[in-house]
Amino acid sequence: MNTPSDQSRPPDAAAAPPGEVPLLQGIGLTKRYGGFVANDAIDIAIAPGQAHALLGENGAGKSTLVKILNGLIQPDDGEMRWRGEAFTPNGPAAAHARGIGLVSQHFALFDNLTVAENVALGQIGGESLKTLSARLAQISERYGLPLDPKREVWRLSVGERQRIEIVRALMQEPHCLMLDEPTAVLTPAEAERLFEVLQRLHADGRALLYISHKLEEVKQLCDTATILRAGRVVATCDPRTETAASLARLMVGADVAAPKPQPGHAIGAPRLSVSDLSLTPDDPHGTTLRRITCDVRAGEIVGIAGVAGNGQDELFAALSGEQLVDDARSISIDGRPAGAFSITARRKLGAAFVPEQRLGHATVPGMRLSDNALLTSHAEGGVVRHGFVDRAALLDLVDRVTAAFDVRKPGRDPEAARLSGGNLQKFIIGREILRQPKLLVVNQPSWGLDAGAAAAIRQALIDLAAGGAAVLVISQDLDELLEIADRVAVMFHGRLSPLVAARETSREQLGLLMGGSGWPQQGARDAVPA
Amino acid sequence: MLEAILLSIVTASTPLLLAASGELVTERAGVLNLGVEGMMIIGAACGFGGAWLTGSTMVGALCGIAAGMALAALFAAMTIGLAVNQVAAGLALTILGTGLAGLIGLGFVGERITAAPHLAIPGLTDLPMVGKLVFGQDPLVYVSLGLIAAIPFVLARTRAGLVLRAAGDNAAAAHALGYDVAKIRTLAVLFGGGCAGLAGAYLPLAYTPFFAPGMTAGRGWIALALVVFASWRPARLMAGAYLFGAVSILQLHAQAFGIGLPSQLMSALPYLATVIVLVLISRVRRGGSVAPAALGTAFVPDR
Amino acid sequence: MPFRLERRAEPATAMVALSPLIAVALTIVTMAALFAALGKDPLAALQVYFIVPLTDTYSLQEIAVKASPLVMIAVGLSLCYRANVWNIGAEGQLLIGAMAGSWLAVATHGTNTGPWLLPAMLLLGAAAGALYALIPALCKIRFGASEILISLMLVYVAEFALDYLVRGPWRDPAGFNFPTTAEFDAAATMPLLIAGSRLHAGVILGVLLVIGAAVLLGRTLKGFEIRVVGAAPRAAQFAGFDADRLTLTTFAISGALAGLAGIIEVAGPIGHLQPGISPGYGFTAIIVAFLGRLDPLAILAAGLFLALTFIGGEQAQIALKIPQDMAKVIQGVLLFYVLACDSLILYRVRRTAAHRKAA
Repeated sequence: MNTPSDQSRPPDAAAAPPGEVPLLQGIGLTKRYGGFVANDAIDIAIAPGQAHALLGENGAGKSTLVKILNGLIQPDDGEMRWRGEAFTPNGPAAAHARGIGLVSQHFALFDNLTVAENVALGQIGGESLKTLSARLAQISERYGLPLDPKREVWRLSVGERQRIEIVRALMQEPHCLMLDEPTAVLTPAEAERLFEVLQRLHADGRALLYISHKLEEVKQLCDTATILRAGRVVATCDPRTETAASLARLMVGADVAAPKPQPGHAIGAPRLSVSDLSLTPDDPHGTTLRRITCDVRAGEIVGIAGVAGNGQDELFAALSGEQLVDDARSISIDGRPAGAFSITARRKLGAAFVPEQRLGHATVPGMRLSDNALLTSHAEGGVVRHGFVDRAALLDLVDRVTAAFDVRKPGRDPEAARLSGGNLQKFIIGREILRQPKLLVVNQPSWGLDAGAAAAIRQALIDLAAGGAAVLVISQDLDELLEIADRVAVMFHGRLSPLVAARETSREQLGLLMGGSGWPQQGARDAVPA
Repeated sequence: MLEAILLSIVTASTPLLLAASGELVTERAGVLNLGVEGMMIIGAACGFGGAWLTGSTMVGALCGIAAGMALAALFAAMTIGLAVNQVAAGLALTILGTGLAGLIGLGFVGERITAAPHLAIPGLTDLPMVGKLVFGQDPLVYVSLGLIAAIPFVLARTRAGLVLRAAGDNAAAAHALGYDVAKIRTLAVLFGGGCAGLAGAYLPLAYTPFFAPGMTAGRGWIALALVVFASWRPARLMAGAYLFGAVSILQLHAQAFGIGLPSQLMSALPYLATVIVLVLISRVRRGGSVAPAALGTAFVPDR
Repeated sequence: MPFRLERRAEPATAMVALSPLIAVALTIVTMAALFAALGKDPLAALQVYFIVPLTDTYSLQEIAVKASPLVMIAVGLSLCYRANVWNIGAEGQLLIGAMAGSWLAVATHGTNTGPWLLPAMLLLGAAAGALYALIPALCKIRFGASEILISLMLVYVAEFALDYLVRGPWRDPAGFNFPTTAEFDAAATMPLLIAGSRLHAGVILGVLLVIGAAVLLGRTLKGFEIRVVGAAPRAAQFAGFDADRLTLTTFAISGALAGLAGIIEVAGPIGHLQPGISPGYGFTAIIVAFLGRLDPLAILAAGLFLALTFIGGEQAQIALKIPQDMAKVIQGVLLFYVLACDSLILYRVRRTAAHRKAA
């Protein structure tokens, strides 16, 4: 049996060899939310020193399992063991005490506190801030994770924030470090650096639980993989001996139909023109937009790539009219200067918008779908007469969206919050497409959706463009953009690269731009320090 | 004359400072307790009752603290335990506190107590001008000053203060790191209640030696405004409290002099001043908010 | 802690309907305990509070007269609270409305005016209440200042203003130095619905306003705006709804209704302007709004219930020497119960895992 001081690595094996006690084991873990089973009798065993991947699509139940293993939520059924002994953490503190560290997907950071204070909060116990700072410096040094302890978190880049999370977890000298989709928010270059850090940790003999849906990363780093699909374990394997395709099949369950491009549709005149758009955001923590120029023509899909937090949300707000720009001519819709128009006026010009947050931005969670249909259709005729709302017309609209986009929902007109993410997004996109927009601007269309729903959404966008609309897609998912977009550009630090034909560029080229390389002077200077 | 005015300013400012200090701590933990007025008046009633029954200022002060904390515990059970809207619960607390204080006060209508003793250090207290001001106050003045000195130290330098600020900045993150947000916030609310209760007790114990319903006269609300005025920073809180104390004393003296303005206008001055200060301070700060990020939002962890 | 809240997968539909009733039931139980603590017979006291006033016509009329301002103000406040802006200074707006309307009555006192006088007084009262409510609303949207604190501070200012007027310029010279204006002329008082009764036209107006607010909230685009802005500000912005303008609108409406309630009180049951024209209607209306779950029709019922506690409280004071402050205690307790019961629509209380295991 391994003791905490045992630093030797176990033999590289697909699973813990018979007889060896796993470091952390979950047996039959089950978690239900109402009628939905997020985790269904999951078995998982992490051996000491193992680099264990938890693979699965968005919505497969990975985050729920990680929360259970960390004591953040309690399973409805099943048990856990730590080094063979019963382990029932009633809160995250109990998991920390055993030596489980977590770098979560949504950082558990305090924006208005300093880096040192954030790290100190991760340490239960009475260590003085002074010795803590010394240890912080030592660990940053050892693993190549530079940090300024006196800076407040809100001033830092996403990559730096993740470093705080990692350092904070490492300060506790964990035996098992869990990382939930750590590269999702990083540029390719930052991800590379993270991998070096993780390999050093692995070499130190720490067990890793690496949660991801990115197959190449898992093949590169891990020696064991547990694959989840729809809340159940479908396979445990050695990812190094599998191909990306075989892993993908396990993860998705079946081959997902790739969207079919409509051949030979005509590209027309620009429907959206953006020229020299600059904007200081309302939110002091937001990103300033700098001289953005692009156009989207009738019949084409334009994709905007970039790591989150590089101005995509601000661009969406400027294009939609949620924030007005100083120079009305910097945004034109169908040739008319629209920068000073409200979002309602822009909708009347034939524009439609789909924001990233489905609940709370695109819809009101506690309101029925018919009310949510009214959100974006109230300015046009048909549903509002003399200030009075026509409920029958709204219900009819909901029925039409349901039929056209296969929205699965409990009842005819449920609250938005009761739909699954995929079905809600189908409703939101459908609500806009039925308005027959001439221009659609959509931010992260398939974020967090399972493959089937994502494919349906992408097909809807392709069909819309084929029908003569101009479609602008903002997405962090490069593969998605390369699949559906005719032209693409990259956002970085509030600037937009020139549009290029999707066929004539590559993941690598776009990846470099996303990381701040290959920009003219100003962009490069603003790049995140290495 | 000047010395008398300065002394009365200190006395008028002390309850504001006490109540606002407690509310500041509560708000830094992310809880907005609008029930300060209710906790103060119940503190005043129980503080008077305690002192009247026992003849001891000390017992009176403790009774005031206990009463304020009892109401605060109710507020915590509602807003932290049951995730009730904090604004509405604060109003309910004020209404309930006012009613309860009225009931309790029926027990000692027309009674009087002797005012809290003042510090007397031979030699020092007799110094001209500064003597009484610095060395001749009642003990609760020194308590309020001690609090206002201790709070910034605890918030900035101690682990407890760090954890408290963390709960007020991002409750979900604090929970994810293993902190019991509900417990931290409950303690902060109780501390705020104790301070408000003491502030209320100060009124009958040191300010006017009897109890009257409505004797807090909006001081609890002014204390809430002071926290905003101070931008949640303890040092500025003291300046604000003494400024408001000065306004309320000077308008009294102005009334006594009969400067030709209606007395009602002078009496309304502290409230008008609060409005003006709130507007000015909010205007200056437009842009970057300094309020605790999680202020006023309930936190219920996923299960 | 042994108990934790847990968000329900779906709101509990049974609780939606039951919550106010449970709150009222718990309040009555608490009252019984309080009466017992005061050494009174709980059952007798409850009977005086809740049954006796329902048995004679005078008290029934009085309940309608007291409920009228409560409902009027609460309906306005419910629009604000739905939009998630917090006007808690309705008491001040009520006083300002009463003063503004009374100005006409005082200025025309003893002259022969036409039938326009009373409508003009009501309009003036509503307009003044709206303007007074716009002060905190403007401070909020222009400077980001807390509308809660400012609207509340303005209550104290309005009280001093009223005190000044009735002790100073508007004091009735024939009033033996009492702080009051002269009794209003007949043309400046609310007409009675039934001669010799207490019921005045304001009662009807209150019911009409409830219906109007119900239609506004439930059927119109403006009502939808109010609900969306309160429920999800970001979605409201996405829908193109202007939250700032809505803040002004809802504050103006609630101020107007409070001002109207104020001048109706003065021109109706009281008949002259004096300090203490309102036993805290503006604050009690907050409780009415919440007990009515911010729904106009339910607010009507809630207003009648709270009016009943007012009348019952007065009778209990006379018959059983139960102090007036008991009414405030009951109101506070009721509001707490309402809020707590409403919370159980969205959440359930569960014992934590550790304690479950131990049990």
